[in-house]
Amino acid sequence: MRVRLFALLLLLSCGAVVGLAQAASTLEAVKQRGHLRCGVSQGLPGFSTPDGSGGWTGLDVDFCRAVAAAVLGDADKVRFAALSAKERFTALQSGEVDLLARNTTWTLSRDAELGFHFVGVLFYDGQGFMVPKELGVTSVAELDGATICSNAGTTTELNLADWFRARGMDYQPVVFEKSDEVAAAYDAGRCDAYTTDRASLYAQRNKLKNPDAHVILPELISKEPLGPLVRRGDDQWFSIVKWTLYVLIGAEELGLTSANVEEQRQRSRHPEVQRLLSVNGNSGQGLGLGPDWAYNIIRQVGNYGELYQRNLGRAPLGIERGLNALYTDGGLMYAPPFR
Amino acid sequence: MLQALLLAAVLGAIVWMFGNALDNLARQGIASGFGFWNERAGFAIATSLIEYSETSTYGRAFLVGLLNTLLVSALGVVFATVLGFLIGIARLSPNWLIRQWAAAYIELVRNVPLLLQIFFWYFAVLRPLPQPRHSIELLGLAYLNNRGLYLPKPILEPGFGWLSAALLLGLVGCLLWLRRARREAGSDRGLRYWLIAGLLLLAPAAAVSLAVGLPLGWELPEFRRFNFRGGLVLSPEFVALLTALSTYTAAFIAEIVRAGIQSVSQGQREAAYSLGLSPGQTLRHVVLPQAMRVIVPPLTNQYLNLTKNSSLAAAIAYPDLVSVFAGTVLNQTGQAVEVIGVTMAVYLTISLVIAALMNWYNRRVALVER
Repeated sequence: MRVRLFALLLLLSCGAVVGLAQAASTLEAVKQRGHLRCGVSQGLPGFSTPDGSGGWTGLDVDFCRAVAAAVLGDADKVRFAALSAKERFTALQSGEVDLLARNTTWTLSRDAELGFHFVGVLFYDGQGFMVPKELGVTSVAELDGATICSNAGTTTELNLADWFRARGMDYQPVVFEKSDEVAAAYDAGRCDAYTTDRASLYAQRNKLKNPDAHVILPELISKEPLGPLVRRGDDQWFSIVKWTLYVLIGAEELGLTSANVEEQRQRSRHPEVQRLLSVNGNSGQGLGLGPDWAYNIIRQVGNYGELYQRNLGRAPLGIERGLNALYTDGGLMYAPPFR
Repeated sequence: MLQALLLAAVLGAIVWMFGNALDNLARQGIASGFGFWNERAGFAIATSLIEYSETSTYGRAFLVGLLNTLLVSALGVVFATVLGFLIGIARLSPNWLIRQWAAAYIELVRNVPLLLQIFFWYFAVLRPLPQPRHSIELLGLAYLNNRGLYLPKPILEPGFGWLSAALLLGLVGCLLWLRRARREAGSDRGLRYWLIAGLLLLAPAAAVSLAVGLPLGWELPEFRRFNFRGGLVLSPEFVALLTALSTYTAAFIAEIVRAGIQSVSQGQREAAYSLGLSPGQTLRHVVLPQAMRVIVPPLTNQYLNLTKNSSLAAAIAYPDLVSVFAGTVLNQTGQAVEVIGVTMAVYLTISLVIAALMNWYNRRVALVER
């Protein structure tokens, strides 16, 4: 009897979870609700951290705000859901969030098997290692036999295993659910090395008791293109989020910033600027958005360069643009034409 | 008739929900089914009771997690029971200091959330221990540092089967002797009695060892660049989790034991004293057997709680079922419905088995009405 009851409960919960995901159009749902629900990480400086006044800051957070600005005309109409690495996919699948911007690596299986679409790359990263200086390690290749801390349920765990096995090297994994727990255990000396995406390592190093006593090794052992993702089955929503990303990048290409966009809208003779900002007509029409969508993104949140500088570029993180510079500056950031 | 209708409605609802779930998963393009079970897992697990590597399957990873959960739960139940009984008895001690100490322990431990206690023990274990290079050496055989306790590991060599068979034989012989001796009223329980018992126990094993040599080797932990390798390792995660689960559950068990003992009427105890039994004998032979009838049913609940609480292991990186299977495997495969379903089924099964065993034991100690 108890077994049967259990089976019933299990099915009930499945039905409930999947039932939630059935909303017809995400755009309509967001408009009706009046705010965007965005999944972010639980606290990773530079990407998403709660600030002192109850709000959130970071690159991922700003991306969510840009989507809210495009859809609702107000970048502040976002409710953030702090998700652990292992909760994130279920939260998006079940419809608990409209969009996941949680420094998530774009991979084939996540795109193809989990029922998601990655909209693009918001930050090009790679997996790096941090070690205490006193160990005297200068290269990842010296870490044979080391104890290594990382996050559960990430590509990090798999890359680590692949990399060490391919070189016949041995290691001891210690795997935590939250980034803060990984940092605390590493700080307590539980591991010889801490591995995750390099930008996160810079962020986490600042949380340690003595950041200067730790060094980030030069090698990257993987490609980690981090990007926002949405559920499959709603092409309109997918396009909206994707083109929000391109507006951020395109605005930097066109030299539009939060400070000058108002002026440019009135004065600019550049045809692409005029098209993007809907000086004549409505560039957002095909997406189901109002004419001010791109203007709102740039005015309220800024262009990609501003986002980067604000969240990652300046102290305390001070991460170089590198691959994340515009293609004209030797990076990989490139927006299709607004036409 | 009404029951039949209700049953039909419930079954109908189940079929509808199942179909609905499958339908929605298919529509969102989410793969479903257990196809992942035999795929290569590709991630490593820190501690494993069975052979496991990155090339093993998800199914194997599930087994590793399950065994780790069972290990910590089983040991936790044993330690919590022993500690709980001691503190429960101490709670009724005539000594004021012991009584107050036990009461303070119970109030403190059972009123602080378990997750906090796990973190407390984890960092309490971790912080004071030295780095591997400055390990504390114990007799040149074992080493203690903040990566764990490294002990020599017994290696079974060929011929070990014979030795275990001989040990088993000795054990049976010894038990038979004890039983016979007990039946013979007035048989002397002096030195001779225990000598014979010991001889019976060890003689067959000694004979085998002489014949084929001791088929047992030791693997000693050995220091490499970063840490010790080899040997038997007790990780800080395991120790912290086991300590937290045992001490936490022990506080509840102690209260159950106290209630059980107090349920035995004072007259019984006085009668026992008047027969000249010592307080210890009274407790063992008069009070506890009767108290067990009250103790066992709530004790079952505590065992179930302990097993289920072991899933908090994920917070401190102990690779239990929830951490390995409902954590990493779920995330790498994305099969949330299947993975969570299996995990729930496993906890349910473990709980039902514990409940069945305890119910069987309860029937044995229950009052037999004549």
